[in-house]
Amino acid sequence: MTKPKKVKPVYPVSVAGVIWKIATLGIVDAVVFFMIMVMVAQERITEAIVAVIVALIINWIYLRRGGLPAKYLAPGVFFLIIFQVYVLLFSGYTAFTNYGSAHNGDQNLAIQTIKNAAYRVVDGGEDFVVVAGTDSKDGKPALLLTSNLDNKVYLGKDGQQKVEIPEGNYTLAEGCADPYAEDTTTCAHAAATAVGFTPAKVSDLTKFQLRKYYSLRVVIDPANPNLGIQTGDLATASEIQATLSFDEKTKFFTALEDDENGKFMAGDVFKPAENGYYHVDGKIKNAHLDAGWRVEVGLKNFETIFTDEQLRAPLMKVISWTFIFAFATVGSTFLMGMAIAFLFNHEKLKGKRFYRSIMILPYAFPAFLSAYVWVGLLNKEHGFVNTVLLGQPADGDNNIPWLLEEGPARWAVLLVNLWLGFPYMFLIVTGALQSIPAELTEAARIDGASPWQSFRLIKMPLLLVSIAPLLIASFAFNFNNFTIIYLLTKGGPNDSGVTDYDVGGTDILITFVYKIAFSGTGQNYGLASAFSILIFIVIGTLSLISFRRTRTLEDIN
Amino acid sequence: MTDIAPLDMSKFKYKTRRRGPLKWLLTTGWRHLLGLVIVVYTIFPILYILSTSLYPNNDINDTTTLFAAISWDNYDALLANEDGSRPFTAWYINTVIIGVLTSIGSVFLSALAAYSFSRLRFKGRRGGLMSLILMQMFPSILGLVAIFSLMSDIGEVFPQLGLNSQLGLVMVYMGGALGGGTYLMYGFFNTVPKEIDEAAKIDGASHARIFFTITLRLVAPVLAVQMLLSYIGVTSDYVLASILLSDPEKLTLATGLQSLINDPYSKDWSMFTAGAILAALPTVILFLFLQKFITSGLTAGATKG
Repeated sequence: MTKPKKVKPVYPVSVAGVIWKIATLGIVDAVVFFMIMVMVAQERITEAIVAVIVALIINWIYLRRGGLPAKYLAPGVFFLIIFQVYVLLFSGYTAFTNYGSAHNGDQNLAIQTIKNAAYRVVDGGEDFVVVAGTDSKDGKPALLLTSNLDNKVYLGKDGQQKVEIPEGNYTLAEGCADPYAEDTTTCAHAAATAVGFTPAKVSDLTKFQLRKYYSLRVVIDPANPNLGIQTGDLATASEIQATLSFDEKTKFFTALEDDENGKFMAGDVFKPAENGYYHVDGKIKNAHLDAGWRVEVGLKNFETIFTDEQLRAPLMKVISWTFIFAFATVGSTFLMGMAIAFLFNHEKLKGKRFYRSIMILPYAFPAFLSAYVWVGLLNKEHGFVNTVLLGQPADGDNNIPWLLEEGPARWAVLLVNLWLGFPYMFLIVTGALQSIPAELTEAARIDGASPWQSFRLIKMPLLLVSIAPLLIASFAFNFNNFTIIYLLTKGGPNDSGVTDYDVGGTDILITFVYKIAFSGTGQNYGLASAFSILIFIVIGTLSLISFRRTRTLEDIN
Repeated sequence: MTDIAPLDMSKFKYKTRRRGPLKWLLTTGWRHLLGLVIVVYTIFPILYILSTSLYPNNDINDTTTLFAAISWDNYDALLANEDGSRPFTAWYINTVIIGVLTSIGSVFLSALAAYSFSRLRFKGRRGGLMSLILMQMFPSILGLVAIFSLMSDIGEVFPQLGLNSQLGLVMVYMGGALGGGTYLMYGFFNTVPKEIDEAAKIDGASHARIFFTITLRLVAPVLAVQMLLSYIGVTSDYVLASILLSDPEKLTLATGLQSLINDPYSKDWSMFTAGAILAALPTVILFLFLQKFITSGLTAGATKG
């Protein structure tokens, strides 16, 4: 016999369907067109081109005949690519870079950051109250300056000298120019707007626009470009003296003055070095400027993970606790949930609905709220657990320092997680129990099996077969159960002084990595991403192996 | 075919003699006793915050007796928002809007995808499903850096979609839609007989019509449960919301309530507990009413195998 030839399904086309399709596509295209215009206006040509390509692909998917799967998958895949695939690839790439608080953009951004900060306010120089806005004639960014010296009002634009605005052509603001002025009736007022100037609302400005204002330098003396008027906060501006000069051609910075701390001298030339900093003469052993940019560092982050002495001890501790935490949580919640499920799974038991309604409460109660409530309950001095359940006086000497010392904190985390997790296990075990055919246990009983035998030899195996995938999922979830640890203890109590890293007694891998990336001063995204990749590999492999063994994936075919 | 009716066992069960107290204790009584212990363990933290929220004072740790006093002061103060720093009602509305948009959107997206995985045959179908499952293993917390920088980049061009934008947050949640729901939904679509599709097709229905008016209708209860679970997941998310939203007016309940007890100098436990009760109330009620469906939604993956 030969296999029947696959016939491509042909679906009929309806007029209403086509109209719907065209209308929806039209709206999508209109929105995309608008977005592309905005991108072009902001000089983001690469992004605009990408958007055009994406729009073309979407239109192609929906306008051609056939290709049905793509039509159904496209909307979800669109979001998936932006927020998951991109995120994964970005993390993967970041793992091989030095991305972090000191290296958080490309070289151009670093240059701009350096330029915008490379000045000092001239002692005794004139300063101004600032309103940010645009020149009504050409739409370019401009500053409306009111001198604190003589209350004269000027319009300042980048690279040009300030232009005085004659009285009568500007309107004064209502409040005092000096917000700390004691006498509010006679205080000086600054200009709020003027003829030929359109003020902007600072909170509505994008970062892109803000950067333009911060780099705006009004020229004082055309012969000396290193002197100017600049604002650092869009509220006040001062006469400044640049401390570095930048050569647009070579992209080198040159120091104009000696460094206050003696790290470099006037005339030193800063050149980009391969570590993502501007170093004197481009040599890493020399001094560097503060802002750096992101560069690829190869396997350095992974090397750190495996060889850094500072990291080894805390990392070992964190890893072992992560496994203890995940296993203990899955084990304890499953055992308790199963015990309760069996307890209530009795045909003659009345009030099953009542019990189930109560059991479901911890699961229904939002977990982040539960975590906070438990923080209160476990308070050492006045917490309900210490004072009422354990009968200690408030502020008593023998009160258990839940959450404050490593041992009790670990127990507390496990107990709270048991409270949070057992209802879920109870629900799924009950569901699975009810799906075991009664005939099976009936038959076993008739064959003379004791209840224990029927539990151990019939119910348990059947139960485990159907629940194993959920247990694995639960393990994977708890392995990365950030919320509960972070909200209960923030990973603490802190192991202060033991290591350079911010690590505590209840830190699991994920909270530890989170702290590397986000807490403190030395935010190191590169190292954190390297960790994420490793965790992903470990968890992914574990789950794949166990899913394979439980054959969940087989019914994908 | 036989005419013999199956034996009705229930008739026999009820004919047993009325049992004595000892018998009762041995069969179901001890279960009730243990049940009582479990009920107490389960419910005391919840009773405790309920009691604190009704207690007219400012400290969760002041009361040692449950329901020592009952007043609505905390609720009044919370809703009045006198100093303007805790716009609780705004948080509430934000949360509901974000939750509803996300749950509808993501269930719709994953239903679309699940339909194509279940009904259509195409290259990379198996690989696609596998990679969806795998992608879920990536700890989302660790994508935060990428998500944050992505959103801040988007925000530079489109402030309405970037950081501190609720629409942006909804989009980020939607990114997880495929990974989260497709596989489960795929299982449900498989339970809908293909013959129905075939019949409709012969009758001249287009694929979109079959999907929207037949398949989706048939799995509607499952979609509802999925939406509910997704709504709960989204509304209790703390981490993403706390990283992406910053304006007090724009916060969700999870991040807003946290701000009530975050600052060690102005901790306000009573307000927090009142807020927590109000925040949890709708979900708890929904859970209690829909517990049957929810249980079946949870165990769907388990009992199928």
